[in-house]
Amino acid sequence: MTRYIVSRLGITIVMAVLATLVIFLIANTVPGDPVLAQLGDVAASNKEFVAEWRAKFGLDLPLWHRYLIFLYGLIHGDLGISIASQRPVLDDIVQFAPATLELATIGFVLALLVGIPLGIVAAVWRDTWVDHIARVVSLIGVSSPTFWLAFIMLAVFYGGLEIAPGPGQLDPIALAPDRVTGLLLIDTVIAGDWGTFRDAAAHLVLPSIVLAAATLGLITRTTRASMLESIQQDYVRVARAKGLRKSTIILGHVFPNALIPVVTLGGLAYAQLLSGAVMTETIFSWPGLGLYTFRSAAALDFPAIMGITLVVALVYLLINLMIDISYAYLDPRVMR
Amino acid sequence: MNMTFKAELNGAAPDTDTPALKVENLRTQFFTDDGIVTAVDGVSFTVAQGEALGIVGESGSGKSVTALSLMRLLDEPARITAGEVHFQGKDVLAMNPEELRAVRGDRMAMVFQDPMTSLNPVLKIAKQLVETMVVHGRFTPEQAGKRAVGLLGRMGVTAPERAVESYPHQFSGGMRQRVMLALGMSNEPALLIADEPTTALDVTIQAQILDLIRELNRDFGTSVVLISHDLGVIARVCRRTIVMYGGEVVEEGLTEDLLADPRHPYTWALINAVPRIDEVRPSDRRLTTIEGQPPDPFDLPKGCRFAPRCPFRIEKCDSHPDLAEVAPGRKSRCWVTQAGTPLPKKQRHAKAEAEAKAKTEAKTEAKAATPRVIAGRDEAPLLSLRDVVKHFPLPKTGYFQPRRAVHAVDNVDLDVFRGETVGLVGESGCGKSTLARVVMRIHQPDSGEVVFAGQDIARSSQKQIRPLRRRLQMVFQDPYGSLNPRMTVGDMIAEPLRFHGITKTNAETQERVADLLNTVGLNPRVGRRYSYEFSGGQRQRISIARALAVEPDFIVADEPISALDVNIQAQIINLMLDLQEKYGLTYLFIAHDLAVVRHISDRVVVLYLGKVMEIAPADQLFDRPLHPYTRYLLSAVPIPDAVVERERGYLKLDGEPPSSIEPPSGCRFRTRCPLAKEICASVPPPLVEHAPGHVAACHFAGQLQ
Repeated sequence: MTRYIVSRLGITIVMAVLATLVIFLIANTVPGDPVLAQLGDVAASNKEFVAEWRAKFGLDLPLWHRYLIFLYGLIHGDLGISIASQRPVLDDIVQFAPATLELATIGFVLALLVGIPLGIVAAVWRDTWVDHIARVVSLIGVSSPTFWLAFIMLAVFYGGLEIAPGPGQLDPIALAPDRVTGLLLIDTVIAGDWGTFRDAAAHLVLPSIVLAAATLGLITRTTRASMLESIQQDYVRVARAKGLRKSTIILGHVFPNALIPVVTLGGLAYAQLLSGAVMTETIFSWPGLGLYTFRSAAALDFPAIMGITLVVALVYLLINLMIDISYAYLDPRVMR
Repeated sequence: MNMTFKAELNGAAPDTDTPALKVENLRTQFFTDDGIVTAVDGVSFTVAQGEALGIVGESGSGKSVTALSLMRLLDEPARITAGEVHFQGKDVLAMNPEELRAVRGDRMAMVFQDPMTSLNPVLKIAKQLVETMVVHGRFTPEQAGKRAVGLLGRMGVTAPERAVESYPHQFSGGMRQRVMLALGMSNEPALLIADEPTTALDVTIQAQILDLIRELNRDFGTSVVLISHDLGVIARVCRRTIVMYGGEVVEEGLTEDLLADPRHPYTWALINAVPRIDEVRPSDRRLTTIEGQPPDPFDLPKGCRFAPRCPFRIEKCDSHPDLAEVAPGRKSRCWVTQAGTPLPKKQRHAKAEAEAKAKTEAKTEAKAATPRVIAGRDEAPLLSLRDVVKHFPLPKTGYFQPRRAVHAVDNVDLDVFRGETVGLVGESGCGKSTLARVVMRIHQPDSGEVVFAGQDIARSSQKQIRPLRRRLQMVFQDPYGSLNPRMTVGDMIAEPLRFHGITKTNAETQERVADLLNTVGLNPRVGRRYSYEFSGGQRQRISIARALAVEPDFIVADEPISALDVNIQAQIINLMLDLQEKYGLTYLFIAHDLAVVRHISDRVVVLYLGKVMEIAPADQLFDRPLHPYTRYLLSAVPIPDAVVERERGYLKLDGEPPSSIEPPSGCRFRTRCPLAKEICASVPPPLVEHAPGHVAACHFAGQLQ
């Protein structure tokens, strides 16, 4: 077991270093000159001024030299200075990430809590009304475009029924709690400010439902399909011949086997949510990584883009590592 | 007897007059989209307490559906539409789900065919054993945990304390079937239903499992319903037998009587279609077969269901016969035997007669023998293997670990002469399929010579071998996987013809394809169809036609009949014999069915863990085996004759073959051999000729009593 985990960890580290190289190379070879984008037409026509700017950001050094500087900086927690905000990229990311983490986690848990049970009941009562409902729900989740769903939700529950708060993390008049973790739900609890906690929670409802929809559809489908496959296995018939209760058979025998593909897919879906949902965050004015990504890309802010890309890559690597480790517990055949 | 196993159970003892199981007019139907299939049609039988009943039939006869119906384990679209199943006097079909659950796994337990898929791969053995004991309230989890260890020990699982903490994938098939038996016996059921429990296992492991079932039946008085297609398996375990065909019981009687004197033509055909391992090879090796296919379940014949294939058919057979008594304690569903007409007896060679014949044969052979080491022939062998080695390297487990390898084939010497059939036998993992692939040069041997028709092909490139492929062909085991589903049968057979330039024009090719299909007993018109439209036996005929297309001299047949029902097996064997006679073919015939190997082979090679143990002319090997492993192997084969089975004492080989990654030093069989002495561990025994053409690799050959 330890050997397996250590080897997975080693592979993850190698992959992370490779990721830095790829990110660096891509950022340096895409067309579009950040200097020109920043200076504007008038200043850009001044050659001396441009050269001075290039020197200031180290853009005149050879590629390998710049990569080493980049790596050296990374080791010291330096992702560079954002060209747009003139602040360290790391500071920007630390500021924007918690909002995304909060939204993505709640959306993901929501998708799991609804999707897995729905997938199970759909498989157990296959081709009954439960199954049909599950299929419609997952179809809507997978196929409705995010921007459309977000507008509909806002229009119905905020604009029409007025039972949900509008975009943003908090009411404009609410006072944000002292920043400890950056996660509003936790910071308000620490501050003991229950009014703001309720407000923050209420603001999470609509965007997390929108964010959960696609993942929910995916997880329901995968759970249903892999449950159906497991139910047909011989050992299920053996379990029935043993005289076990149906609930024991479904939850104790079928589900542990069906869980493996769900974990794979769920992990990747969570990684995707964590790397920022541009559409959802933009529509709900959510100050998360998605919004930050959108702004940085529009400004050709290379240090910021590289920083975000690196964070996304690390999130994926970390989640993949967690998926691999969970296999060792879920499926004894992985361990030899 | 193990104390942990005989636990203090307080289940109410049922009164002894009621049979353990009474099935009456059971009918199970599948409501498919294409129509209704009646898989079980009016089946009735009883199992007395403590009795072992066998159910025999080919695939599609309804025997497995019957077994599943007994415990109501079938899913939609299958439904039990009529009949009664009384278990210990209670009607199983009338039980509500909770009552049914209480009976399943408690008083009535079942062991299934495939031990590889019957255990849940993600749960520990302990949990799988304990839950069935706990759910029926007979044991606390602590008691059940202790009992699980005891049960596994009783079933012959090595190191049961460690075994319960393992997962299924850490066990071999045989060990898993022991776990399944432990599972079945965990609540000491009154009835154990075993559906083809040994079909997926090797013959020595099969013998162990059958012994175990017999012991459970004898020592605990557990009633047994054993389902099998193999009459030998039934003969070894069951007192009474029913034979099923087309969803009906066609014959019923004591196993002994039924096998010695079948009273239904289908039983008669089943018995005569299988060669027997204790029988000297007759001069005419063709087996008795019945024509045609089992009945179409959507369109059952109106009269006797067997009539369309029956060689003894009379006019009356157009109406449906009942199962009626034909002799005391014997029932048959046949107008012919009900009228008192006996079925012809096949001439079996009496034992003494057979031995006398074998002796004179051995003498004449000895006289004729020339002093050649292997086979005693003058001509050069068509195929000659010398010191062939093939290892499969395994992935390294760590950077500094030495690379390990599976020793699939080690130092094999073998000659095959023109026109003969050499049988290659051994348990799974002994290297027989690898050897076949080395001969075909699908695998390149690590060292040694493979001389085919005077040319050493061990190191030849594929291009150099290509011309030889015309003379060297292979028939594969799996008739489903070895035919391309996207090609018509005709195209598949035409492909080698075109590739080797045997036929020049399209018309010529079509003519040759039609010829070939005719040769293997198929209608030439089937050439336009796809392989999925054919049954297993027909597909194997197509495979043979494809191999024959290039007019080869030598055919390697890797388990060509093991996926087929006995009657189809007999048809394929007859076909292969006919073709050999017609074209002078040479066969290297690989099989695990030893009776078939004896029947078809001139000489037989016994492999164990990649090494040749013994080579001898077929009758000599089977009647006077010299190597202890051969003795055990032959002894393990059940014989479809209840009298012989009862009277012959047989040798029991314990345990399983050791790993072929680290094979034992010296003689590879020594770890399981009762004769093993010090020398066996240090000196690998050489192949020594003990009689003309009879070689064995054993320091103490012929000494096992």
